[in-house]
Formats: sequence, C-alpha cells, structure tokens
Amino acid sequence: MKIHEYQAKNILKKYGLPVPNGIVTEKPEDAAAIWDKLAQNVVVVKAQIHAGGRGKGGGVKLAKSKEETIEHAKAILGMNLKTHQTGPEGQLVKTILIEEGNLIEKEYYVGITLDRRISKPVFMVSTEGGMDIEEVAAKTPEKIVKEIIEPGLGLQNWQAIRLAFALGFEGDMVKQCVKILHGLWKVYDGEDCSLIEVNPLIATKDQKVIPLDCKINFDDNASYRHPDQAELRDIAEEDPLEVEASKFNLNYVRLDGEVGCMVNGAGLAMGTMDIIKYAGSEPANFLDVGGGANVETVTNGFKIILSDPNVKGIFVNIFGGIVRCDRIANGIIEAAKNVEITVPLVVRLAGTNAEEARDILVKSGLKLEVATGLKDGAEKIVAAIRK
Amino acid sequence: MAVLLTEKSKIIVQGITGKEGSFHTGQMIEYNTKAKVVGGVTPGKGGQKSEHGLPVFNTVHDAVQTSGANASLIFVPPPFAADAIMEAVSAGIELIICISEGIPVRDMQRIIPFVKASKSVLVGPNCPGVISPGIGKMGIMPGFIHNPGRIGVISRSGTLTYEAVSQLTAVGLGQSTCIGIGGDPIIGLPHLEAVKILAGDPDTDGIVMIGEIGGTAEEEASAWIKENVKKPVVGFIAGQTAPPGRRMGHAGAIISGGSGSADSKMKAMKAAGIHVCESPAVIGETMKAAIK
Repeated sequence: MKIHEYQAKNILKKYGLPVPNGIVTEKPEDAAAIWDKLAQNVVVVKAQIHAGGRGKGGGVKLAKSKEETIEHAKAILGMNLKTHQTGPEGQLVKTILIEEGNLIEKEYYVGITLDRRISKPVFMVSTEGGMDIEEVAAKTPEKIVKEIIEPGLGLQNWQAIRLAFALGFEGDMVKQCVKILHGLWKVYDGEDCSLIEVNPLIATKDQKVIPLDCKINFDDNASYRHPDQAELRDIAEEDPLEVEASKFNLNYVRLDGEVGCMVNGAGLAMGTMDIIKYAGSEPANFLDVGGGANVETVTNGFKIILSDPNVKGIFVNIFGGIVRCDRIANGIIEAAKNVEITVPLVVRLAGTNAEEARDILVKSGLKLEVATGLKDGAEKIVAAIRK
Repeated sequence: MAVLLTEKSKIIVQGITGKEGSFHTGQMIEYNTKAKVVGGVTPGKGGQKSEHGLPVFNTVHDAVQTSGANASLIFVPPPFAADAIMEAVSAGIELIICISEGIPVRDMQRIIPFVKASKSVLVGPNCPGVISPGIGKMGIMPGFIHNPGRIGVISRSGTLTYEAVSQLTAVGLGQSTCIGIGGDPIIGLPHLEAVKILAGDPDTDGIVMIGEIGGTAEEEASAWIKENVKKPVVGFIAGQTAPPGRRMGHAGAIISGGSGSADSKMKAMKAAGIHVCESPAVIGETMKAAIK
C-alpha cells in the first residue's frame, strides 16, 4: 500500500526524526491561516498525490508571502496533476501540504527496500539527491553506496556511519545523518515497509540534516499487525473499479485493452493476458478469481469487467484443478443469469470433467462460445470482437 | 526416481486439522502411492486422530520422533507460518513445503538465514507444492493431469503450471518432478536452486521453466543454465503485457526499479540457449520438438 508524503512524514515524526513543520489542508481558504501559524519567510506548497515527479508537473511551489501561499494553494488544489508516474490522465489534487521552507545546501538520496536476490533489506544512499534514483543506478551506479542489512540484527552503527561518510558529511552532520538512518531503519522494520525513500535528504545552509520528502510503501501481507495503517489508505488514488473489486476480494488490475479476462490463478491470468496479445488484441484487465471460481466470484467478476466501457469481449479461462469443471460451468451459467452480458463471451474450462462441462455450457442456451484450449479461446474471443 | 519428493519421503501436514490442510491431506492419501502421509501437527490436538485416521501431534519434534517423518507440508495461517517453517527446520525435516499465502516479507527475511544454515530444503511459500508422478504429491495440485515421465517442471505459479503439465501430457511427455516454487518475493527455493536439482537428476531429460515478471531469479537461473545444462530447457515468462509498477496478483510479480520485465527475462533465457515460448499455449509442443 502506498501513502502520501504528509502521512509518511507523520510516521517519521512519531519515530523521532526531524521533519519540517507543515500543515495539511484540503481547502485553499486555510492557506492564510497556515502561513500565519508557520510564521516563516518562505513556505512550500506541495500537492499530495501518490505519484512521483510532482515538482516537474507544477505540483510543488515556493511562496514568499501570504498572498503567494494563497495563490499557489488555489492553483494546486483541484488541479489535474500530470507526472511521468500518473500517466496521461493525471491525478486530481485534493490535499496540499504547506511546509516551512529550508535553505538547501545540498540534496541526497536515501532508500531502503528488499533485495530479492539475497532476501535481505538493502540501504542505499547517493549524493545524487533529488534525481530519479533509477536513472542514477543506470547511468552512474558508482554513485550509489549500499549496505545489506541482516534482517535479524537490523542496521548496525558502523553501517550507518559508513553511509553517512559516503554521503560526504562532516562533523556534527555525520551524527545527525547517523541518527536519521537509524530512525529510518526503525520505521522500515517496525512498520513492515516494503519501501522507504527519502529523496531528497537535505543539508541546510545552517548545517542541519533533514528529510525533505518521504515516500513509504507498506507490505500488505503485514497489515494485520498494523490496524492503524488502514486509515492511511486513500481510495481516491486508486482505480474505482479496483476498489470495487477489492470489496469482493477479487484480484483485479485495470489495463488499457479491450478483452476482459477472468482467470483462476495469478500466473495463468498473466499468461492469458499474454496470449490475447499474441492473438492480436490487448487485455482489458488482470483478474484472478482464485481457486474457488464459484457463482459468487464469477458473478462479481463479470460485473467488474463489464463496468469497464473499453471491454468489447470476455474470455473466461479456468483451469479446474481440485474443483470439477462441471460445477464451474454451472457456476458460470448461474452467474450469467445474474449479470446481463452484453459482449461476446468465450469460455474455456480445463481439468476434471472438462468435456461434461463443455456440454453443459453448449446446452445452456447462453450466448457464448466454448473453447477447447488456451490458444483456441484467445483466437475465438479476438475473432468475436473483430466481427 | 524423482527429486525432492521420493519414495523415501514420509510426509506430515502442519495444520492437518484445518479446512485446507484436512482436505488436501485426503487428496494426498488418495493419490500418493509411494510417498506416504504419516501424520500431522496441530498444537493442542496431540494424541487425537485426524479425520483420515492419521495420528495428530502437538509438535513437529513429536511427529518426527514417533512417525519418522522427513517431509512436512505447511497449511498454517500466514501470521504463524514462518514460525511453523522454523519448527520444521529445527526438528530436522529434510523437505519443507509451505503452501500458506500472505506471509509478511519481514517474517520470511528473518527466517531465511536460519533455513539456509540448515540441511532443510524449503519450497515456497505461496506455492502449489511438489509432485513426483508415480510416487506422490505434496501440495494442492490436481494429481490426475500428471503422468510419470522424464520432464521436470519449475514454476512460480499454480494454474499456469497445470496448464504446462497438461500440455506436456497431451503431447505424450510425462513428468519426473514438478516444483511449484512460489509467487512471493522471498522464497526458499528460487529458480536457480530448482534448476540445479533437476539438472542433476539422471531421470530428468528436459526442463520446463515458467517464470513471471518481477525480480531477477530467471536471469540468474539462465546464466547458470548457459554454462552448466546440456538438457533441453523450455521457458515461458508470464506477464509480457503487464505494466510496470502494478502487482499482478502474486506479491512477487511486479516490475519495479527498472528490473523484472518479461522482455529482459526472455532475452536472458534466449541468450542461454533456452527454447523460449512467446505464447503459453506452445509449451508442450516446444518441449516435444526440443527433446528429440
């Protein structure tokens, strides 16, 4: 799960890290009062959306007066912010963070994530702060310094010291940096994060080290340990259909194509998307209805798929393992009665009693085509939407 | 013969009295001819019999002592699954297969060094399990689609593996051992380790390797295959049409940080001399042609 910058900074604050003072609002008319309350010469007005690249898109502005703060707050709140991560449709800004300004001497990058190759977390720092770290990794990998963390031990002091010196800090700033790195590890470990990025971490002109921006992703599998994290979810940042699907416990990801897919199992669902492309079309979604594939999940699956106006046809691809195909066929028939299916439908069932299941589907009187294999099914649905 | 799950395997089920554990224990008893299920573990229910008439133990240690178990299949709920794996390791279980889906990454990363320092092999978590047709299965896969034979299968996913296996069976190729390695970012037996096991098996003539977007495990396995494997290897990567940054069901199936795309994996596989299938519908026929 992703959260907003201001939420991430609240967590950092809770763990004792020195984040800039700031106040969040959804109303531009609050801007004047926030300026007064912060009582600074310079503030920064920052759009709160999950996507990165906000500055370049015009979602982060410096204000040197109350008037300017109000002006920026009005301009940013309600704007449709487009960044390289939002895609061309952009993201509506509903919340802004107004924060005290800092005089930046230098910017750094600090991040923690899982290194899957070794199954351990890795701390990464770079003097190339404020930049896209993936670009730094590709062009100048020598500018990223890493420390692998032993998961049972956590970040060791020598590691934090090494990383602080690698960033070029001196004197008291080394101490400040080390303290921040320890704090970040505590957040990462304590909150079951899958990613923390502080980009940039800054050194100010008056020799302070401060996390100026922060991005946190949580491991969804660990949410049962952190009931408070659920409150941080912002469903406005998610695709409405995906939110709807999650209520039904369906694993759905909306894509750009025209063939809706309903599949059991994540791997086969991806494979089905791929073969639709191979057959000459594009998948409209990823949808894993899980092992059960019963009347309820299939009914809900149809509803979700058909809510996407781009869908011109549906391919149901179920590999019945332990569950018998004739049961699944009856489930599909039942589901099709609950939902008005307005587009061509191709069903492929494989596994126990697959032939019996095909008979049941053919004799059901439903408007659908029965496919015998993966390739056959993909070709049939692509042909059907081309008609 | 087969690898991992052999006629010497004596299986216990951790979580045997739960809904899933109980159901799949029944399925295994029905299917397994040589690798027998000898009991199960549910703390607090030691001394009772499972609904299949198998002895239930309080701890894995008890089960090992009494039944001589050397393999354990885990159906424990995610909050307790990492603990269950450690218990099995500590009791000296040789083959541990964890079906549980949804274990926090932090739990897995903490126990992996412990598992690696032991002689236990961990398969999964979040996997369908391992099957050696003609011997038995330890997992949730449908047994009947498999046939004894000489092709090994490695895959991160469940139903996509069934798809590949049924294609192999349809072209007349049976399977030696099929290993579902799991869809999580941290797993006990990654592609490379699974490939090494099948490459060293004299009863496996060809290997099907089914990967997914996310991570670099397929690339690492490919590099090793290039240098070390003479047997034909057929590969497929699921998620060629998946956009970056979106998790495709499996926690591990996500293209992130510029790595993990299907493209880079397929390139690495091709460079290693692996027969790469662009379509998941031709895995069987590709192996049929490659094995000649």
